[in-house]
Amino acid sequence: MTELICIGCPRGCHLKVDEQNGYAVSGNNCPVGAEYGRNELTNPTRVLTSTVRITGAIHSCLPVKSSGPIRKALLMEAVKALKDVEVASPVHKGEVIVRDIAGSGQDMLASRDM
Amino acid sequence: MYDVIIIGGGVVGSAAAYYLSQHDLKLLMLEAFNDVADGTTKANSAVIHAGYDPKPGSLMAKYNVEGSKLTRELAKKLDVPYVNDGSLVLAFSPEDLETLKELYDRGIANGVEQLKLLNYEETKDIEPGISENVYGSLYAGTSAVISPWEYCLALAETAVRNGMDLKLSNEVTGIRKNEDGSFTVTTVKGEYQGRYVINAAGIYADKVHEMIGQKEFTITPVRGQYFLLDKSQFPKARHTLFQCPSERGKGVAVTPTVHGNLIVGPDATRVNGEDLDTTADILSYVRETASLSIKDIDYQENIRNFSGLRARSDRGDFIIEESHSVPDFFNLAGMASPALSSAAAIGIAAREWVLSKHPYPKKEDYVDSRRKIRFKQLSDEEKNRIIKEDPAYGRIICRCETVTEGEIRATFKTPIPPRSIDAVKRRTNAGMGRCQGGFCGERVAMILKEELGLDYDEILQDREGTVVLEKKAKEDYGNV
Amino acid sequence: MYDLIIIGAGPAGLSAAVSAWQADLKSILLIERDRELGGILNQCIHNGFGLHLFKEELTGPEFAGRLIEMLKDTDVEVMSDTMVLDINGDHEVSLINTHGYQKVQGKAVILAMGCRERTRGAIAIPGSRGSGVYTAGTAQRYINMDGYLVGKRVVILGSGDIGLIMARRMTLEGAKVLACVEINPYSSGLQRNIKQCLEDFDIPLYLSHTITDIKGYPRVSQVVVSRVDEKFRPIPGTEMTFDCDTVLLSIGLIPENELSRAAGIVIDPRTKGPLVWENMETSIDGVFACGNVVQVHDLADNVAAEARKAAVAAARYVQDNQPHTGELTVKTAGNVTYTVPQRIHLPVTDKLVEISFRTNRVFGQCAVEVVDKDGNAVCRFKREYITPGELQKIAVPGKLLEGREEYLTVKVTEEQK
Repeated sequence: MTELICIGCPRGCHLKVDEQNGYAVSGNNCPVGAEYGRNELTNPTRVLTSTVRITGAIHSCLPVKSSGPIRKALLMEAVKALKDVEVASPVHKGEVIVRDIAGSGQDMLASRDM
Repeated sequence: MYDVIIIGGGVVGSAAAYYLSQHDLKLLMLEAFNDVADGTTKANSAVIHAGYDPKPGSLMAKYNVEGSKLTRELAKKLDVPYVNDGSLVLAFSPEDLETLKELYDRGIANGVEQLKLLNYEETKDIEPGISENVYGSLYAGTSAVISPWEYCLALAETAVRNGMDLKLSNEVTGIRKNEDGSFTVTTVKGEYQGRYVINAAGIYADKVHEMIGQKEFTITPVRGQYFLLDKSQFPKARHTLFQCPSERGKGVAVTPTVHGNLIVGPDATRVNGEDLDTTADILSYVRETASLSIKDIDYQENIRNFSGLRARSDRGDFIIEESHSVPDFFNLAGMASPALSSAAAIGIAAREWVLSKHPYPKKEDYVDSRRKIRFKQLSDEEKNRIIKEDPAYGRIICRCETVTEGEIRATFKTPIPPRSIDAVKRRTNAGMGRCQGGFCGERVAMILKEELGLDYDEILQDREGTVVLEKKAKEDYGNV
Repeated sequence: MYDLIIIGAGPAGLSAAVSAWQADLKSILLIERDRELGGILNQCIHNGFGLHLFKEELTGPEFAGRLIEMLKDTDVEVMSDTMVLDINGDHEVSLINTHGYQKVQGKAVILAMGCRERTRGAIAIPGSRGSGVYTAGTAQRYINMDGYLVGKRVVILGSGDIGLIMARRMTLEGAKVLACVEINPYSSGLQRNIKQCLEDFDIPLYLSHTITDIKGYPRVSQVVVSRVDEKFRPIPGTEMTFDCDTVLLSIGLIPENELSRAAGIVIDPRTKGPLVWENMETSIDGVFACGNVVQVHDLADNVAAEARKAAVAAARYVQDNQPHTGELTVKTAGNVTYTVPQRIHLPVTDKLVEISFRTNRVFGQCAVEVVDKDGNAVCRFKREYITPGELQKIAVPGKLLEGREEYLTVKVTEEQK
């Protein structure tokens, strides 16, 4: 039995995951918790947010986020892959900035217009 | 070849520069740090003392009383924030009342005007926040507060505007006398030749003197720690409140500032060299001691702690004299309190000494004024007019102190442009308020970067080395 | 003359503007000091926003973007790059921008100026005065908007959410975060942030510890961390030294009420925000407040909800202001440190009166109780877990408040096992 804090929402439910019993989750208040509890012990993933350089815009950096959760082990590599990315204004929210980031199967998307 | 080289760009060196730049001579100021007013001048109680404290007959007594009067005129002429708020020395025992009487007599002997001994009720009348421990007080009507760094800047800027060369980041490393009697002053950046040297090197004045002369005095840095409280605490004191000196020590002061804050401090601790740390034990001592004067100061409203170093000499008095071992070398040393109050008079003394050596005539085209735009203080109409002229005045950068981009940009066109975020603060008040640059620091940093053409890792908080940004994001990841 | 003037276009102001438009106010002015709308959301590039309001997890800029999109469908007048200098009791607002200085008049005003971070001075951390000490939000702006790291080796003081978020950001962008140090025996940030920002990156969290000395000049080179006793006094002999070049402070937020104070609005010393009625009206008629200017929230979603309440009330004030006949004061007891609102108009017209509050200690199984002045229970809410780091909310049915007099008391009691 492993105790976890759910990161699915700010409520932060105190979960219990039973590895012996097919990763059954208790303590959750919604299905997000059940999924998170199971994933966290089998294949932990996170949504990645970071920035890339942008020229001709109000700020020097454009915020980006992954289109879905990527494997935790790939996080650092994904950030690394953003290092030399530079885009030019205008960029629109949801625009793909990097496809299949670090082989994760997820894209990095602009998280605002800029 | 310069006629006069001034070593040190604090308020004393700058006052000497101001008066000397009125004369037709080639003047150079060498400053170790990257700005003037960056040593003792920027970290003290900011009080222009009335002059009852120094012993009659001392140099401190003479220059304090003369200097205070001059400061008032200079503040007006050079647009320096100055408020004549008066001071009280508070007594906490019957013995203290005796001491106050002595201070009063001393003041009279020193020629101080507007002194009055007050009983508890009279004191409470004019200073309602005092604690019930107070027995009475000595009131000094000529005591004032000033913006010490702006005072120094105003003096130095006026000197530069009138032809003085200012070399910042030029720490002096050696001085030698040439065959023709002139001096060669070596700094970390170069060599400068001058006919006369004025030593206003603050806590380093003894070391600078000994680069060429015999040991004639010793300077000990005496550190004082302070609290700077939010404007919310300003109404708690109307006057500068000193405590009567006694076996308890010299006490700590509670002082309103010209910027509308309250300062509490300092203690007095001998330190070695440039030790500007603040320490938990002393800060709590300062707090407790101050509570003797005023009880209800809310230290939750503290916005900054700082330390300042007073350059105390082993003679217990100012040293304002030509070196005994080196002719044409003039020491302005031992500049502990009341040096800020005395600076102007000391500046005149330095000029008189130079003129006694060589009668340089007065300049005819001397520009003896300085005006700056303080947006916050403008009337509605004036605000509108200046924004129409330059829209940058319509953009507030520092919200706590209402400082506009226009005011910040303007400092880069002054005779001594800022080189750090704190230098912008000293010139505009941006970052001086309750958020301590939390919001505007980054904006000021980016303006500094743009105006001075800096790379990101050259942006400084204050002195050389106080780097703000260490590296670019993702920099360590190598090329992919 | 505007129906409504809203000061600040962060999550609170944007939401208030959209809600006021939906509540049929047609002449609304929204004033923002920055060049763009969104406030601090623009630098909060992490996700975790919007689960309540938009039913999906958004980043700060996305959350702001949604509200800005909604605003585009309205005729709300927007003035950005504009600073309000002064508000008076007659709802007159003076402002400046690059076009000049002017005064505008509203029938009602909503204050939505947000908050600022507590600084080193606020807790008087001793030590050297070298560079390298920043508030977490300042460091966040440098990294997320300018692309620079304020340091390479970091110790974070305080476990507020911005500090935790910055621990992750700095780590991902190439800095080493050595420790997060919290003076309380509990974290002041959200539980999920402890998990995903510290534990994910093996950053140790030292509870009941504080920084007792900062060393190094011209740049920070070391900090000393000590354990504290139950009265927060450092315990000698427990010192640990970290070699670092940076200290980030995440030691709390303070509502920004300089304008409110100058206008003469009564401020609650506990929240440092305006004392408000249940409809978010301040002590000045027709001046409402919402979001972090009232109390520091954990979630932008809750800010938006509070803003909606203020906007609806402001609309009602402009359209049909009904006088009230009485009032209830909301008092606190035990470990409840404050409530918002602090006062409730009588008669109660809303179905539910929401009360938010914080406690000063952690509770396990417990009950939040509301009692009237005679000690009679008004209502009771069970809770599994309450921590000071998380804002609590209860909704009291309006009809349960009928006939109550003078005051209510909100308290938390431990559930007997």
